[in-house]
Amino acid sequence: MTSPINLHAVKAIYLFELARTWRTLFQSIAAPVISTSLYFIVFGAAIGGRFTAVDGVSYGAFLVPGLVMMSVLTESVSNASFGIYMPRYSGTIYEVLSAPISAFETVLGYVGAAATKSIVLGVLILLTARLFVDYSIQHPFWMVAFLVLTSVTFSLFGFILGVWADGWEKLQIVPILVITPLAFLGGSFYSISMLPPLWQKITLFNPVVYLVSGFRWSFYGQADVPVGISLAMTALFLALCLTAVWWIFRTGYKLKN
Amino acid sequence: MQPIIQVRGLEKTYATGFQALKGIDLDIRRGEIFALLGPNGAGKTTLISTVCGIVNATAGTVTVDGHDIVRDWRAARSLIGLVPQELTTEAFESVWATVSFSRGLFGKPPDPAHIEKVLKDLSLWNKKDSKVMALSGGMKRRVMIAKALSHEPRILFLDEPTAGVDVELRRGMWEMIGHLRDSGVTIILTTHYIEEAEEMADSIGVISNGRIVLVEDKAALMRKLGKRLLTLQLQNPLESIPAELAGYPLTLSGDGRELVYSFDTQDDQTGIARLLRKLGDHGIDFTNLHTEESSLEEIFVSLVKERA
Repeated sequence: MTSPINLHAVKAIYLFELARTWRTLFQSIAAPVISTSLYFIVFGAAIGGRFTAVDGVSYGAFLVPGLVMMSVLTESVSNASFGIYMPRYSGTIYEVLSAPISAFETVLGYVGAAATKSIVLGVLILLTARLFVDYSIQHPFWMVAFLVLTSVTFSLFGFILGVWADGWEKLQIVPILVITPLAFLGGSFYSISMLPPLWQKITLFNPVVYLVSGFRWSFYGQADVPVGISLAMTALFLALCLTAVWWIFRTGYKLKN
Repeated sequence: MQPIIQVRGLEKTYATGFQALKGIDLDIRRGEIFALLGPNGAGKTTLISTVCGIVNATAGTVTVDGHDIVRDWRAARSLIGLVPQELTTEAFESVWATVSFSRGLFGKPPDPAHIEKVLKDLSLWNKKDSKVMALSGGMKRRVMIAKALSHEPRILFLDEPTAGVDVELRRGMWEMIGHLRDSGVTIILTTHYIEEAEEMADSIGVISNGRIVLVEDKAALMRKLGKRLLTLQLQNPLESIPAELAGYPLTLSGDGRELVYSFDTQDDQTGIARLLRKLGDHGIDFTNLHTEESSLEEIFVSLVKERA
């Protein structure tokens, strides 16, 4: 009688989460688009004009992939963490826990919705950027692949954060103290070849470097690190997040007593 | 017939070391209303949460309509609707959206006609587009019941369903629960209101300190443990119980105007006739008499006290 996968439940969670975005449209979509536009105006048009081109790409165009990545990263984490923290906080999580829905289906619903939002956001920022600068996309397939991979990976990370956090403060502190610095220092605004030699080494411990570098390669065919390594590091981070999520559901960590 | 819920040797020890369930064995028959009574902290909610899959058991097994809740969890959970004690709702959703969401979560395809029926049965239809947070407490409670019923469960768990619900609404809810039972749904409810169990339940289980103290048909329980009291209002007050009546379990009220005789309804010889004859012999006249049964509440209190 019962089907092997509860698609109705996945759909219910997915649509529920997207409906939440729709309700908070301004916060979810408009705010990141506006703040990205501000970056373009300040760094691209105002200050960027004084910068020389980076590896033959104008500074404005150089910024595009970095800014998209930065927004996708931070929004994935905040959307996914909020999505699972909210029902834990309000108590409505009881329903998901008592429903005939597997860990995989739960994650598919929550993380799928958060990743979808991030991808839509990324595309919107790309379109917005078009108003400010000209850019080209040399490898559209890999551009989409990096966008999707990053959205999924960091939505998973956000999910973990949302399960781990036991207060609103903790929910905010990780994005502010960890994600934002990593994103800023991950080469969104500069090529790591501009850094002093020591910092070029240290910065390689920042996972965001690989994401931004790979993503930028898909635009302009140039990268700080070889694109294969970018891809491998992204996959590694994805695997780490998947393992953590698997462990959460296996042990019931903070979800079940 | 096989019980719809079968609990065997169920134990739960929380990470804090607190043992909430200490080896529960319990059968719940198909189609009955089962009331689980017990003082605060007795393990009612832990027991329900374990059956519903929210709490992992430390030991023991539970089967729901033959499906083991661990091995065959998907089938077991599909049959259950749960209304927890806490009022937890998706505040920003409309009533319609939150109830439809629950149906999907339990793996059922959308069925607007069914949702409409559930909302109408619970007098929520005119609120279907309202945000949940705009509703009163009693309405929120009904939204939670609607969510639990959205996927047509065969078993409904109601954890303190009428806590904080006014008297009139409580009556309405009892009526609705009665209709559900008539449609074949097995209902398990926990309650502090003994009158609720007395009014509705077919069977009563008492849990105390993590153990099931007793499970019995309500009627049998009332019969078995029920004491009856015969109160006689006397024409002339007595100063003390006459020595001739010393052999009877009699008490005299403070003003000497009421004589209370307690007897067991199970006894073949209640001794009422003999007592009345004796009173007549001694010239003790009475103006009125009435009998009363002890309520479930008194039974319950005495049971829990006994075991504590």
